[in-house]
Amino acid sequence: MSGVPLAGPAVRRRPAPPELRPSPYEPTGFWRALEGLGAVLLALLWVLPLLFAVWAAFHGAEDTARLDLDAPLTLSNFRRAWEAAPFARYFLNTIVLVTLIFAGQVVLGTLAAFAFARYDFPGSGIAFALVLVQLMIMPDVLIVENYRTMSRLGLVDTIPGIALPYIASAFGIFLLRQTFKTIPKELDDAARVEGASALQVLLRIYVPLAKPVYVAYGLVSVSYHWNNFLWPLIVTNSVEARPLTVGLQVFAGGDQGVDWAVICAATLMTSAPLLVGFLLFQRQFVQSFMRAGIR
Amino acid sequence: MKSRLSAAVHGWLLLLPAMALLVAFTHWPAVASLVESFTSTPRPRRPSRFVGVANYEQMLADPVFWQSLVNNLRFALGTIPLAIGLALLMAVWVNDRIPGRTFARMAYFTPTILPMIAVANIWLFFYTPQYGLLEQVTAALGLPSHNWLGSRETALAAVTLVAVWKEAGFFMIFYLAALQGISPTLAEAAALEGASRWTFFRRVQFPLLMPTTLFVLINAVINAFRTVDHIIVMTRGGPDNATSLLLFYVYQVGFNFWDTSYAAALTVVLLVMLAVAALVQYGWLERRVHYR
Repeated sequence: MSGVPLAGPAVRRRPAPPELRPSPYEPTGFWRALEGLGAVLLALLWVLPLLFAVWAAFHGAEDTARLDLDAPLTLSNFRRAWEAAPFARYFLNTIVLVTLIFAGQVVLGTLAAFAFARYDFPGSGIAFALVLVQLMIMPDVLIVENYRTMSRLGLVDTIPGIALPYIASAFGIFLLRQTFKTIPKELDDAARVEGASALQVLLRIYVPLAKPVYVAYGLVSVSYHWNNFLWPLIVTNSVEARPLTVGLQVFAGGDQGVDWAVICAATLMTSAPLLVGFLLFQRQFVQSFMRAGIR
Repeated sequence: MKSRLSAAVHGWLLLLPAMALLVAFTHWPAVASLVESFTSTPRPRRPSRFVGVANYEQMLADPVFWQSLVNNLRFALGTIPLAIGLALLMAVWVNDRIPGRTFARMAYFTPTILPMIAVANIWLFFYTPQYGLLEQVTAALGLPSHNWLGSRETALAAVTLVAVWKEAGFFMIFYLAALQGISPTLAEAAALEGASRWTFFRRVQFPLLMPTTLFVLINAVINAFRTVDHIIVMTRGGPDNATSLLLFYVYQVGFNFWDTSYAAALTVVLLVMLAVAALVQYGWLERRVHYR
Protein backbone atom coordinates (compact mmCIF):
# COMPACT_ATOMS: atom_id res chain seq x y z
CA MET A 1 0.00 0.00 0.00
CA SER A 2 2.61 2.51 1.08
CA GLY A 3 6.26 2.38 0.06
CA VAL A 4 5.79 2.96 -3.65
CA PRO A 5 9.28 2.56 -5.10
CA LEU A 6 10.69 5.64 -6.72
CA ALA A 7 11.16 5.12 -10.42
CA GLY A 8 14.94 5.10 -10.87
CA PRO A 9 16.66 5.35 -14.26
CA ALA A 10 16.73 1.58 -14.70
CA VAL A 11 13.01 1.29 -14.17
CA ARG A 12 12.14 4.21 -16.32
CA ARG A 13 12.59 2.35 -19.61
CA ARG A 14 9.46 0.31 -19.30
CA PRO A 15 6.22 1.47 -17.63
CA ALA A 16 5.71 0.45 -14.01
CA PRO A 17 3.24 -2.39 -13.48
CA PRO A 18 -0.31 -1.02 -13.30
CA GLU A 19 -0.71 -1.39 -9.55
CA LEU A 20 2.27 0.90 -8.91
CA ARG A 21 1.27 3.72 -11.22
CA PRO A 22 -0.74 6.43 -9.46
CA SER A 23 -4.35 6.50 -10.58
CA PRO A 24 -5.15 9.43 -12.92
CA TYR A 25 -7.94 10.22 -10.47
CA GLU A 26 -5.58 10.76 -7.56
CA PRO A 27 -6.16 14.35 -6.48
CA THR A 28 -3.19 16.69 -6.87
CA GLY A 29 -2.17 20.10 -5.55
CA PHE A 30 -5.02 22.06 -4.02
CA TRP A 31 -7.54 19.23 -4.25
CA ARG A 32 -5.14 16.82 -2.60
CA ALA A 33 -4.67 19.25 0.29
CA LEU A 34 -8.42 19.82 0.58
CA GLU A 35 -9.19 16.11 0.63
CA GLY A 36 -6.45 15.53 3.21
CA LEU A 37 -7.89 18.31 5.34
CA GLY A 38 -11.36 16.78 5.13
CA ALA A 39 -10.07 13.33 6.04
CA VAL A 40 -8.05 14.61 8.98
CA LEU A 41 -10.91 16.77 10.30
CA LEU A 42 -13.27 13.79 10.20
CA ALA A 43 -10.58 11.69 11.88
CA LEU A 44 -10.21 14.26 14.66
CA LEU A 45 -13.97 14.32 15.11
CA TRP A 46 -13.85 10.52 15.27
CA VAL A 47 -11.25 10.35 18.06
CA LEU A 48 -12.67 13.33 19.97
CA PRO A 49 -14.91 11.36 22.39
CA LEU A 50 -11.99 9.03 23.07
CA LEU A 51 -9.55 11.88 23.67
CA PHE A 52 -12.04 13.49 26.01
CA ALA A 53 -12.25 10.26 28.02
CA VAL A 54 -8.44 10.07 28.14
CA TRP A 55 -8.34 13.67 29.34
CA ALA A 56 -10.84 12.98 32.11
CA ALA A 57 -9.12 9.78 33.18
CA PHE A 58 -5.71 11.42 33.67
CA HIS A 59 -6.86 14.55 35.50
CA GLY A 60 -8.24 15.23 38.95
CA ALA A 61 -12.01 15.44 39.34
CA GLU A 62 -11.86 19.23 39.61
CA ASP A 63 -10.28 19.46 36.14
CA THR A 64 -12.58 16.94 34.44
CA ALA A 65 -14.71 19.55 32.76
CA ARG A 66 -12.15 22.36 32.56
CA LEU A 67 -10.06 21.91 29.46
CA ASP A 68 -7.01 23.64 30.88
CA LEU A 69 -3.81 22.32 29.32
CA ASP A 70 -1.79 23.19 32.46
CA ALA A 71 -3.89 20.99 34.72
CA PRO A 72 -1.73 18.44 36.56
CA LEU A 73 -1.74 14.85 35.32
CA THR A 74 -2.59 12.07 37.77
CA LEU A 75 -3.01 8.31 37.87
CA SER A 76 -5.18 8.42 41.00
CA ASN A 77 -8.38 7.76 39.02
CA PHE A 78 -7.00 4.46 37.83
CA ARG A 79 -5.94 3.52 41.34
CA ARG A 80 -9.35 4.40 42.75
CA ALA A 81 -11.17 2.43 40.06
CA TRP A 82 -8.90 -0.58 40.57
CA GLU A 83 -9.55 -0.51 44.31
CA ALA A 84 -13.29 0.13 44.08
CA ALA A 85 -14.14 -3.04 42.13
CA PRO A 86 -12.54 -6.48 41.66
CA PHE A 87 -11.14 -5.64 38.22
CA ALA A 88 -8.30 -8.17 38.56
CA ARG A 89 -10.88 -10.94 38.85
CA TYR A 90 -12.89 -9.51 35.93
CA PHE A 91 -9.76 -9.47 33.79
CA LEU A 92 -9.07 -13.09 34.67
CA ASN A 93 -12.67 -14.08 33.91
CA THR A 94 -12.58 -12.38 30.52
CA ILE A 95 -9.27 -13.98 29.60
CA VAL A 96 -10.57 -17.43 30.57
CA LEU A 97 -13.78 -16.75 28.66
CA VAL A 98 -12.24 -15.64 25.37
CA THR A 99 -9.68 -18.46 25.51
CA LEU A 100 -12.36 -21.06 26.15
CA ILE A 101 -14.57 -19.75 23.35
CA PHE A 102 -11.78 -19.51 20.79
CA ALA A 103 -10.36 -22.94 21.65
CA GLY A 104 -13.82 -24.48 21.28
CA GLN A 105 -14.51 -22.60 18.07
CA VAL A 106 -11.23 -23.73 16.53
CA VAL A 107 -11.70 -27.41 17.34
CA LEU A 108 -15.36 -27.71 16.36
CA GLY A 109 -15.02 -25.32 13.44
CA THR A 110 -12.03 -27.14 11.99
CA LEU A 111 -13.73 -30.52 12.14
CA ALA A 112 -16.98 -29.25 10.64
CA ALA A 113 -15.22 -27.22 7.94
CA PHE A 114 -13.14 -30.27 6.97
CA ALA A 115 -16.32 -32.31 6.64
CA PHE A 116 -17.96 -29.69 4.42
CA ALA A 117 -14.87 -29.06 2.31
CA ARG A 118 -13.70 -32.61 1.64
CA TYR A 119 -16.46 -35.14 2.38
CA ASP A 120 -19.32 -35.92 0.11
CA PHE A 121 -22.06 -37.14 2.39
CA PRO A 122 -25.84 -37.24 2.13
CA GLY A 123 -27.49 -34.26 3.79
CA SER A 124 -24.40 -32.06 3.61
CA GLY A 125 -26.28 -29.40 1.63
CA ILE A 126 -29.06 -29.18 4.20
CA ALA A 127 -26.58 -29.27 7.07
CA PHE A 128 -24.64 -26.39 5.53
CA ALA A 129 -27.80 -24.36 5.07
CA LEU A 130 -28.64 -25.00 8.73
CA VAL A 131 -25.19 -23.72 9.70
CA LEU A 132 -25.65 -20.56 7.65
CA VAL A 133 -28.90 -19.77 9.48
CA GLN A 134 -26.74 -18.73 12.43
CA LEU A 135 -25.16 -15.93 10.40
CA MET A 136 -28.54 -14.20 10.42
CA ILE A 137 -30.03 -15.40 13.70
CA MET A 138 -27.29 -15.20 16.29
CA PRO A 139 -27.42 -16.45 19.88
CA ASP A 140 -27.38 -12.76 20.89
CA VAL A 141 -31.05 -12.53 19.97
CA LEU A 142 -32.21 -15.79 21.60
CA ILE A 143 -31.54 -14.71 25.16
CA VAL A 144 -34.79 -15.87 26.74
CA GLU A 145 -34.68 -19.51 25.63
CA ASN A 146 -30.91 -19.83 26.03
CA TYR A 147 -31.20 -18.61 29.60
CA ARG A 148 -33.82 -21.30 30.23
CA THR A 149 -31.47 -23.94 28.77
CA MET A 150 -28.59 -22.73 30.94
CA SER A 151 -30.68 -22.90 34.08
CA ARG A 152 -31.74 -26.46 33.17
CA LEU A 153 -28.08 -27.37 32.71
CA GLY A 154 -27.16 -25.64 35.97
CA LEU A 155 -24.72 -23.38 34.15
CA VAL A 156 -26.20 -20.01 35.11
CA ASP A 157 -23.51 -17.77 36.58
CA THR A 158 -20.59 -19.80 35.26
CA ILE A 159 -18.03 -19.00 32.58
CA PRO A 160 -18.92 -22.11 30.49
CA GLY A 161 -22.51 -20.85 30.63
CA ILE A 162 -21.44 -17.63 28.91
CA ALA A 163 -19.26 -19.47 26.40
CA LEU A 164 -21.43 -22.40 25.32
CA PRO A 165 -23.85 -20.67 22.89
CA TYR A 166 -20.91 -19.22 20.95
CA ILE A 167 -18.67 -22.27 20.62
CA ALA A 168 -20.30 -23.54 17.45
CA SER A 169 -19.83 -20.56 15.18
CA ALA A 170 -21.32 -20.49 11.68
CA PHE A 171 -18.94 -17.70 10.84
CA GLY A 172 -15.88 -19.77 11.76
CA ILE A 173 -17.12 -22.89 9.99
CA PHE A 174 -17.82 -20.88 6.85
CA LEU A 175 -14.48 -19.10 6.94
CA LEU A 176 -12.47 -22.31 7.42
CA ARG A 177 -14.48 -24.21 4.82
CA GLN A 178 -13.72 -21.54 2.22
CA THR A 179 -10.04 -21.76 3.12
CA PHE A 180 -9.88 -25.57 3.09
CA LYS A 181 -11.55 -25.61 -0.32
CA THR A 182 -8.69 -23.62 -1.82
CA ILE A 183 -6.12 -26.23 -0.72
CA PRO A 184 -5.26 -28.50 -3.69
CA LYS A 185 -6.84 -31.93 -3.45
CA GLU A 186 -3.60 -33.43 -4.81
CA LEU A 187 -1.78 -32.69 -1.55
CA ASP A 188 -4.49 -34.52 0.32
CA ASP A 189 -4.40 -37.51 -2.07
CA ALA A 190 -0.62 -37.74 -1.97
CA ALA A 191 -0.60 -37.89 1.83
CA ARG A 192 -3.26 -40.58 1.82
CA VAL A 193 -1.30 -42.67 -0.66
CA GLU A 194 1.57 -42.46 1.83
CA GLY A 195 -0.77 -43.98 4.37
CA ALA A 196 -1.79 -40.93 6.41
CA SER A 197 -5.12 -41.12 8.19
CA ALA A 198 -7.82 -38.47 7.74
CA LEU A 199 -6.92 -36.89 11.06
CA GLN A 200 -3.23 -36.75 10.14
CA VAL A 201 -4.08 -35.15 6.80
CA LEU A 202 -6.17 -32.53 8.57
CA LEU A 203 -3.55 -31.74 11.20
CA ARG A 204 -0.43 -31.93 8.99
CA ILE A 205 -1.72 -30.34 5.77
CA TYR A 206 -4.94 -28.36 6.18
CA VAL A 207 -4.38 -26.71 9.54
CA PRO A 208 -0.81 -25.48 8.88
CA LEU A 209 -1.77 -24.10 5.47
CA ALA A 210 -4.72 -22.23 6.97
CA LYS A 211 -2.63 -20.62 9.71
CA PRO A 212 -3.12 -16.98 8.60
CA VAL A 213 -6.86 -17.56 8.58
CA TYR A 214 -6.73 -18.92 12.12
CA VAL A 215 -4.82 -15.82 13.22
CA ALA A 216 -7.37 -13.54 11.56
CA TYR A 217 -10.27 -15.51 13.03
CA GLY A 218 -8.61 -15.39 16.45
CA LEU A 219 -8.30 -11.61 16.44
CA VAL A 220 -11.92 -11.19 15.37
CA SER A 221 -13.25 -13.78 17.83
CA VAL A 222 -11.25 -12.48 20.78
CA SER A 223 -12.23 -8.87 20.19
CA TYR A 224 -15.88 -9.82 19.71
CA HIS A 225 -16.10 -11.82 22.92
CA TRP A 226 -13.93 -9.44 24.92
CA ASN A 227 -16.54 -6.81 24.05
CA ASN A 228 -19.70 -8.91 24.29
CA PHE A 229 -22.10 -7.63 26.92
CA LEU A 230 -25.81 -8.49 26.82
CA TRP A 231 -25.63 -12.28 27.18
CA PRO A 232 -22.93 -12.23 29.93
CA LEU A 233 -25.00 -9.56 31.72
CA ILE A 234 -28.01 -11.85 31.74
CA VAL A 235 -26.34 -15.11 32.59
CA THR A 236 -23.96 -13.96 35.35
CA ASN A 237 -24.63 -12.43 38.72
CA SER A 238 -21.49 -12.85 40.77
CA VAL A 239 -17.95 -11.52 40.78
CA GLU A 240 -16.62 -15.05 40.14
CA ALA A 241 -18.18 -15.32 36.68
CA ARG A 242 -18.60 -11.75 35.48
CA PRO A 243 -16.46 -10.65 32.53
CA LEU A 244 -14.97 -7.16 32.30
CA THR A 245 -17.78 -5.59 30.32
CA VAL A 246 -20.40 -6.59 32.87
CA GLY A 247 -18.07 -5.67 35.73
CA LEU A 248 -17.58 -2.24 34.20
CA GLN A 249 -21.31 -1.73 33.92
CA VAL A 250 -21.93 -2.84 37.51
CA PHE A 251 -19.21 -0.41 38.57
CA ALA A 252 -20.27 2.55 36.41
CA GLY A 253 -23.98 2.03 37.01
CA GLY A 254 -23.52 1.58 40.74
CA ASP A 255 -23.79 4.22 43.39
CA GLN A 256 -20.36 5.84 43.66
CA GLY A 257 -22.05 9.05 42.52
CA VAL A 258 -21.24 10.24 39.05
CA ASP A 259 -17.49 10.48 39.31
CA TRP A 260 -16.74 10.75 35.63
CA ALA A 261 -12.99 10.78 36.08
CA VAL A 262 -13.02 7.36 37.76
CA ILE A 263 -15.56 5.93 35.31
CA CYS A 264 -13.45 7.09 32.36
CA ALA A 265 -10.38 5.52 33.95
CA ALA A 266 -12.21 2.21 34.43
CA THR A 267 -13.54 2.36 30.88
CA LEU A 268 -10.08 2.89 29.41
CA MET A 269 -8.63 0.19 31.62
CA THR A 270 -11.09 -2.44 30.37
CA SER A 271 -10.50 -1.53 26.73
CA ALA A 272 -6.74 -1.08 27.11
CA PRO A 273 -5.54 -4.57 26.08
CA LEU A 274 -7.42 -4.45 22.79
CA LEU A 275 -6.60 -0.79 22.21
CA VAL A 276 -2.88 -1.28 22.81
CA GLY A 277 -2.89 -4.45 20.73
CA PHE A 278 -4.58 -2.58 17.93
CA LEU A 279 -2.17 0.35 18.03
CA LEU A 280 0.82 -2.01 17.95
CA PHE A 281 -0.48 -4.43 15.33
CA GLN A 282 -2.69 -2.10 13.37
CA ARG A 283 -2.11 -3.68 10.00
CA GLN A 284 -2.73 -7.23 11.24
CA PHE A 285 -5.97 -6.14 12.91
CA VAL A 286 -7.33 -4.36 9.86
CA GLN A 287 -6.30 -7.17 7.55
CA SER A 288 -7.80 -9.79 9.87
CA PHE A 289 -11.13 -8.05 10.01
CA MET A 290 -10.98 -7.65 6.26
CA ARG A 291 -10.03 -11.26 5.58
CA ALA A 292 -12.70 -12.50 7.95
CA GLY A 293 -15.36 -10.38 6.33
CA ILE A 294 -14.72 -11.03 2.67
CA ARG A 295 -16.07 -14.32 1.53
CA MET B 1 -10.55 -46.86 -2.27
CA LYS B 2 -13.03 -45.78 0.29
CA SER B 3 -16.65 -46.77 0.33
CA ARG B 4 -19.35 -44.14 0.15
CA LEU B 5 -20.76 -45.37 3.42
CA SER B 6 -17.59 -44.78 5.39
CA ALA B 7 -17.23 -41.32 3.82
CA ALA B 8 -20.75 -40.51 4.95
CA VAL B 9 -20.11 -41.77 8.46
CA HIS B 10 -16.84 -39.87 8.72
CA GLY B 11 -18.41 -36.69 7.37
CA TRP B 12 -21.25 -36.75 9.86
CA LEU B 13 -18.99 -37.65 12.76
CA LEU B 14 -16.76 -34.66 12.02
CA LEU B 15 -19.80 -32.42 11.80
CA LEU B 16 -21.61 -33.79 14.82
CA PRO B 17 -20.10 -31.75 17.70
CA ALA B 18 -20.58 -28.40 15.95
CA MET B 19 -24.02 -29.35 14.70
CA ALA B 20 -25.20 -30.47 18.14
CA LEU B 21 -24.23 -27.14 19.70
CA LEU B 22 -25.71 -25.16 16.82
CA VAL B 23 -29.00 -26.97 17.15
CA ALA B 24 -28.99 -26.62 20.93
CA PHE B 25 -28.30 -22.88 21.00
CA THR B 26 -29.66 -21.54 17.72
CA HIS B 27 -32.26 -23.74 16.07
CA TRP B 28 -33.86 -25.18 19.16
CA PRO B 29 -34.27 -21.83 20.98
CA ALA B 30 -35.75 -20.30 17.83
CA VAL B 31 -38.35 -23.08 17.63
CA ALA B 32 -38.87 -23.09 21.40
CA SER B 33 -39.59 -19.34 21.33
CA LEU B 34 -42.38 -19.98 18.85
CA VAL B 35 -43.86 -22.81 20.96
CA GLU B 36 -43.45 -20.85 24.16
CA SER B 37 -45.17 -17.81 22.67
CA PHE B 38 -48.47 -19.76 22.61
CA THR B 39 -48.35 -20.56 26.32
CA SER B 40 -48.68 -18.56 29.51
CA THR B 41 -45.77 -17.66 31.75
CA PRO B 42 -45.58 -20.17 34.64
CA ARG B 43 -46.26 -18.57 38.04
CA PRO B 44 -45.88 -20.22 41.47
CA ARG B 45 -49.55 -21.23 41.66
CA ARG B 46 -50.38 -21.39 37.95
CA PRO B 47 -48.30 -23.72 35.77
CA SER B 48 -47.76 -22.80 32.13
CA ARG B 49 -50.64 -23.70 29.83
CA PHE B 50 -51.64 -23.27 26.20
CA VAL B 51 -53.23 -19.87 25.63
CA GLY B 52 -53.38 -19.67 21.83
CA VAL B 53 -52.57 -16.26 20.44
CA ALA B 54 -53.19 -14.41 23.72
CA ASN B 55 -49.57 -13.19 23.90
CA TYR B 56 -49.84 -11.78 20.39
CA GLU B 57 -53.15 -10.08 21.25
CA GLN B 58 -51.45 -8.55 24.24
CA MET B 59 -48.66 -7.41 21.96
CA LEU B 60 -51.01 -5.73 19.49
CA ALA B 61 -52.52 -3.79 22.38
CA ASP B 62 -49.17 -2.94 23.96
CA PRO B 63 -48.11 0.64 23.19
CA VAL B 64 -44.54 -0.01 24.39
CA PHE B 65 -44.17 -2.80 21.81
CA TRP B 66 -45.31 -0.51 19.00
CA GLN B 67 -43.07 2.24 20.26
CA SER B 68 -40.08 -0.15 20.35
CA LEU B 69 -40.84 -1.41 16.86
CA VAL B 70 -41.10 2.12 15.44
CA ASN B 71 -37.97 3.18 17.35
CA ASN B 72 -36.08 0.18 15.98
CA LEU B 73 -37.11 0.94 12.41
CA ARG B 74 -36.10 4.57 12.84
CA PHE B 75 -32.83 3.48 14.46
CA ALA B 76 -32.19 1.17 11.48
CA LEU B 77 -33.12 3.83 8.91
CA GLY B 78 -30.84 6.26 10.70
CA THR B 79 -27.78 4.07 11.23
CA ILE B 80 -27.72 2.03 8.02
CA PRO B 81 -27.51 4.78 5.36
CA LEU B 82 -25.37 7.08 7.50
CA ALA B 83 -22.85 4.41 8.49
CA ILE B 84 -22.59 3.03 4.95
CA GLY B 85 -22.32 6.48 3.35
CA LEU B 86 -19.64 7.59 5.78
CA ALA B 87 -17.80 4.29 5.37
CA LEU B 88 -17.69 4.81 1.61
CA LEU B 89 -16.46 8.39 1.99
CA MET B 90 -13.77 7.30 4.45
CA ALA B 91 -12.63 4.50 2.17
CA VAL B 92 -12.40 6.75 -0.89
CA TRP B 93 -10.40 9.24 1.13
CA VAL B 94 -7.88 6.90 2.69
CA ASN B 95 -7.52 5.04 -0.60
CA ASP B 96 -5.94 8.17 -2.13
CA ARG B 97 -2.39 9.15 -1.29
CA ILE B 98 -3.42 12.12 0.81
CA PRO B 99 -1.48 13.60 3.73
CA GLY B 100 -2.43 12.08 7.07
CA ARG B 101 -4.04 8.97 5.67
CA THR B 102 -2.43 6.57 8.14
CA PHE B 103 -3.72 8.63 11.04
CA ALA B 104 -7.15 8.94 9.44
CA ARG B 105 -7.44 5.20 8.80
CA MET B 106 -6.48 4.43 12.39
CA ALA B 107 -8.89 7.01 13.80
CA TYR B 108 -11.82 5.71 11.75
CA PHE B 109 -11.19 2.10 12.68
CA THR B 110 -10.49 2.53 16.42
CA PRO B 111 -14.17 2.55 17.58
CA THR B 112 -14.59 -0.91 16.01
CA ILE B 113 -12.31 -2.63 18.48
CA LEU B 114 -13.61 -0.84 21.58
CA PRO B 115 -16.34 -2.56 23.59
CA MET B 116 -19.75 -1.01 22.86
CA ILE B 117 -20.27 -0.70 26.58
CA ALA B 118 -17.05 1.32 26.98
CA VAL B 119 -18.01 3.44 24.00
CA ALA B 120 -21.44 4.02 25.53
CA ASN B 121 -19.90 5.18 28.79
CA ILE B 122 -17.65 7.59 26.93
CA TRP B 123 -20.54 8.99 24.92
CA LEU B 124 -22.71 9.20 28.02
CA PHE B 125 -20.06 11.48 29.45
CA PHE B 126 -19.81 13.33 26.12
CA TYR B 127 -23.57 14.07 26.21
CA THR B 128 -23.80 14.85 29.96
CA PRO B 129 -25.52 18.15 30.73
CA GLN B 130 -23.07 20.84 31.92
CA TYR B 131 -19.97 18.64 32.17
CA GLY B 132 -20.05 16.98 28.78
CA LEU B 133 -17.89 18.13 25.90
CA LEU B 134 -20.90 18.70 23.68
CA GLU B 135 -22.43 21.04 26.26
CA GLN B 136 -19.16 22.92 26.59
CA VAL B 137 -18.97 23.40 22.83
CA THR B 138 -22.57 24.54 22.53
CA ALA B 139 -22.15 26.84 25.55
CA ALA B 140 -19.03 28.38 23.98
CA LEU B 141 -21.07 29.05 20.86
CA GLY B 142 -23.72 30.71 23.02
CA LEU B 143 -26.38 28.05 22.42
CA PRO B 144 -28.83 27.11 25.18
CA SER B 145 -28.15 24.04 27.33
CA HIS B 146 -29.87 20.86 26.21
CA ASN B 147 -30.20 17.43 27.78
CA TRP B 148 -29.53 15.32 24.69
CA LEU B 149 -30.29 11.93 26.22
CA GLY B 150 -32.97 13.21 28.59
CA SER B 151 -35.42 14.64 26.12
CA ARG B 152 -37.78 12.62 23.96
CA GLU B 153 -36.95 14.59 20.81
CA THR B 154 -33.20 14.02 20.73
CA ALA B 155 -32.56 10.79 22.69
CA LEU B 156 -33.06 8.37 19.79
CA ALA B 157 -30.95 10.51 17.46
CA ALA B 158 -28.23 10.67 20.11
CA VAL B 159 -28.00 6.87 20.46
CA THR B 160 -28.21 6.45 16.68
CA LEU B 161 -25.16 8.66 16.32
CA VAL B 162 -23.22 6.43 18.72
CA ALA B 163 -24.00 3.37 16.61
CA VAL B 164 -22.93 5.17 13.43
CA TRP B 165 -19.68 6.22 15.08
CA LYS B 166 -19.01 2.66 16.17
CA GLU B 167 -19.81 0.98 12.84
CA ALA B 168 -18.64 3.26 10.04
CA GLY B 169 -14.93 2.44 10.41
CA PHE B 170 -15.65 -1.29 10.39
CA PHE B 171 -17.54 -1.01 7.11
CA MET B 172 -14.83 1.27 5.73
CA ILE B 173 -12.24 -1.51 5.60
CA PHE B 174 -14.44 -3.64 3.32
CA TYR B 175 -14.86 -0.75 0.92
CA LEU B 176 -11.15 -0.04 1.12
CA ALA B 177 -10.31 -3.65 0.24
CA ALA B 178 -12.77 -3.57 -2.65
CA LEU B 179 -11.45 -0.26 -3.97
CA GLN B 180 -7.92 -1.62 -3.93
CA GLY B 181 -9.15 -4.65 -5.84
CA ILE B 182 -10.44 -2.60 -8.76
CA SER B 183 -8.00 -2.80 -11.66
CA PRO B 184 -6.15 0.51 -12.17
CA THR B 185 -6.42 0.09 -15.93
CA LEU B 186 -10.11 0.98 -15.60
CA ALA B 187 -9.17 4.39 -14.20
CA GLU B 188 -6.66 4.90 -16.99
CA ALA B 189 -9.21 3.97 -19.63
CA ALA B 190 -11.81 6.26 -18.08
CA ALA B 191 -9.29 9.11 -17.94
CA LEU B 192 -8.47 8.62 -21.63
CA GLU B 193 -12.16 8.93 -22.38
CA GLY B 194 -12.14 12.19 -20.45
CA ALA B 195 -14.51 11.11 -17.66
CA SER B 196 -14.57 13.38 -14.60
CA ARG B 197 -13.69 11.95 -11.21
CA TRP B 198 -17.36 12.00 -10.20
CA THR B 199 -18.42 10.21 -13.37
CA PHE B 200 -15.70 7.61 -12.81
CA PHE B 201 -16.93 7.06 -9.26
CA ARG B 202 -20.60 6.91 -10.22
CA ARG B 203 -20.26 4.83 -13.39
CA VAL B 204 -17.32 2.57 -12.59
CA GLN B 205 -16.32 2.39 -8.93
CA PHE B 206 -19.76 2.49 -7.34
CA PRO B 207 -21.26 -0.29 -9.52
CA LEU B 208 -18.18 -2.45 -8.95
CA LEU B 209 -18.58 -1.96 -5.20
CA MET B 210 -22.15 -3.27 -5.21
CA PRO B 211 -21.32 -6.75 -3.82
CA THR B 212 -19.45 -5.04 -0.98
CA THR B 213 -22.39 -2.74 -0.38
CA LEU B 214 -24.69 -5.76 -0.14
CA PHE B 215 -22.38 -7.47 2.32
CA VAL B 216 -22.09 -4.33 4.43
CA LEU B 217 -25.84 -3.78 4.22
CA ILE B 218 -26.57 -7.26 5.58
CA ASN B 219 -24.24 -6.63 8.49
CA ALA B 220 -25.73 -3.22 9.14
CA VAL B 221 -29.27 -4.62 9.21
CA ILE B 222 -28.34 -7.42 11.62
CA ASN B 223 -26.55 -4.93 13.86
CA ALA B 224 -29.52 -2.57 13.86
CA PHE B 225 -31.64 -5.31 15.46
CA ARG B 226 -28.92 -6.78 17.65
CA THR B 227 -27.12 -3.79 19.17
CA VAL B 228 -28.65 -2.78 22.47
CA ASP B 229 -25.61 -2.55 24.76
CA HIS B 230 -25.52 1.22 24.44
CA ILE B 231 -29.23 1.49 25.22
CA ILE B 232 -28.73 -0.40 28.49
CA VAL B 233 -25.86 1.88 29.49
CA MET B 234 -27.05 5.24 28.21
CA THR B 235 -30.82 5.45 28.55
CA ARG B 236 -32.34 2.15 29.70
CA GLY B 237 -34.93 2.68 26.98
CA GLY B 238 -35.95 6.07 28.35
CA PRO B 239 -37.01 8.78 28.51
CA ASP B 240 -40.55 7.44 28.40
CA ASN B 241 -39.53 4.53 26.07
CA ALA B 242 -38.18 6.93 23.45
CA THR B 243 -35.08 4.78 22.91
CA SER B 244 -36.50 1.32 23.59
CA LEU B 245 -35.49 -1.05 20.77
CA LEU B 246 -37.02 -4.50 20.17
CA LEU B 247 -34.21 -6.56 21.68
CA PHE B 248 -34.01 -4.16 24.60
CA TYR B 249 -37.73 -4.65 25.19
CA VAL B 250 -37.27 -8.44 25.02
CA TYR B 251 -34.57 -8.09 27.66
CA GLN B 252 -36.76 -5.88 29.83
CA VAL B 253 -39.84 -8.11 29.61
CA GLY B 254 -37.85 -11.33 29.98
CA PHE B 255 -35.40 -10.36 32.70
CA ASN B 256 -36.88 -7.38 34.55
CA PHE B 257 -40.57 -8.32 34.48
CA TRP B 258 -39.86 -12.10 34.15
CA ASP B 259 -42.78 -12.52 31.75
CA THR B 260 -40.98 -15.18 29.70
CA SER B 261 -43.87 -16.17 27.44
CA TYR B 262 -44.49 -12.62 26.33
CA ALA B 263 -40.73 -12.20 25.85
CA ALA B 264 -40.79 -15.33 23.66
CA ALA B 265 -43.57 -13.82 21.53
CA LEU B 266 -41.50 -10.63 21.16
CA THR B 267 -38.47 -12.75 20.19
CA VAL B 268 -40.56 -14.36 17.45
CA VAL B 269 -41.31 -10.91 16.02
CA LEU B 270 -37.61 -10.09 16.08
CA LEU B 271 -36.77 -13.37 14.33
CA VAL B 272 -39.41 -12.71 11.68
CA MET B 273 -37.91 -9.27 11.00
CA LEU B 274 -34.44 -10.80 10.61
CA ALA B 275 -35.80 -13.55 8.35
CA VAL B 276 -37.59 -11.03 6.15
CA ALA B 277 -34.42 -8.96 5.93
CA ALA B 278 -32.47 -12.10 4.93
CA LEU B 279 -34.99 -13.07 2.25
CA VAL B 280 -35.08 -9.57 0.77
CA GLN B 281 -31.32 -9.34 0.70
CA TYR B 282 -30.37 -12.79 -0.51
CA GLY B 283 -33.39 -13.41 -2.70
CA TRP B 284 -34.07 -10.09 -4.33
CA LEU B 285 -31.06 -7.81 -3.97
CA GLU B 286 -28.47 -10.51 -4.66
CA ARG B 287 -29.77 -10.86 -8.22
CA ARG B 288 -29.43 -7.20 -9.06
CA VAL B 289 -26.14 -6.16 -7.47
CA HIS B 290 -23.68 -8.07 -9.60
CA TYR B 291 -22.27 -5.79 -12.19
CA ARG B 292 -21.67 -7.43 -15.53
